Amino acid sequence: MTNQSITQKLANPTRFMSLSGAILPWLAGLAVAVIVFGLYRGWTAPPDYQQGETIRIMYIHVPAAWLAMLGYALVAISSFGLLVFRHPLADVSAKAAAPIGAAFTLLALVTGSLWGKPMWGTYWVWDARLTSVLMLFFLYLGLMALRSSIEEETLAAKLTAVLALVGVIILPFIKISVEGLSVPWLGLEIPAWNTLHQPSSVFRSDGPKIHASQLYPLLYCALGFTLLFFALHMKGMRNEILRRRVKALRIAEVDRARAAEAAAPAE
Amino acid sequence: MDLGPHADFILASYAVYAVVLAALAAWLVYDGVHQQRLLDDLEARGATRRSRAGRAEKNTKP
Repeated sequence: MTNQSITQKLANPTRFMSLSGAILPWLAGLAVAVIVFGLYRGWTAPPDYQQGETIRIMYIHVPAAWLAMLGYALVAISSFGLLVFRHPLADVSAKAAAPIGAAFTLLALVTGSLWGKPMWGTYWVWDARLTSVLMLFFLYLGLMALRSSIEEETLAAKLTAVLALVGVIILPFIKISVEGLSVPWLGLEIPAWNTLHQPSSVFRSDGPKIHASQLYPLLYCALGFTLLFFALHMKGMRNEILRRRVKALRIAEVDRARAAEAAAPAE
Repeated sequence: MDLGPHADFILASYAVYAVVLAALAAWLVYDGVHQQRLLDDLEARGATRRSRAGRAEKNTKP
């Protein structure tokens, strides 16, 4: 028992419900507090010398874009956990993460579009970054549609997990689409594609390229929305566990009713 | 606070953000309450899972 890993300990849904029930209110409260602080810092930061006041959109657009990808990574890791380790909560996690990831992807697309019109002169261009994020959104919708189209839950979980793992190729595609990829020791050189979207300003090998007065609000907002993402995910997992308990009880009731019906003539 | 000539775009971004996240949170809270109510109803009717019911049955057998 003492050698159990955290994931093994949390494999018990009852234990997960008890632990998450205690953590969730604090996590949600902390998320809201950090978001409010981050947005306050963002709205009191000086305007950008090029973007002007539209820099304010970046404080919500960038976290949404990060969480769109983090959400899919979570779906993919959970799917891997289901297919390889058969972790009892892996499918619950994958199912709960999909709509939340889809919502953040939608927000990244909409806020990016609303930023693009005044800055680029257009709401949308079919360039590599924007198109690959749109594909990510459709991938989320595809995962949810596939799962809901199959009644047998175990089969739905496995097929959705396979699609999620196949679709994980979209993540490096989104990253490489703007920045390219250079791995000299492998002889790999993928050039950046022709795109309007600027490369990352924060996570760079030569350090962040934005001023501290804008960087810190952005990081606070990213932290706050990440905490919110995990609070929503935890709530989604709790709902899914309850849904499965309800389903199990209903099936047991139907089975008992059938057994009683079958036994009645014999008596 | 003067948001300049692009104020509509900035305010629209925050409005969409607030609406989507509020709707997502509200749906999750509603779903949780709904599932808990269904579970409570089933348990109040004496429904138990097969394994638990089976164990109980086994324990009562002589």
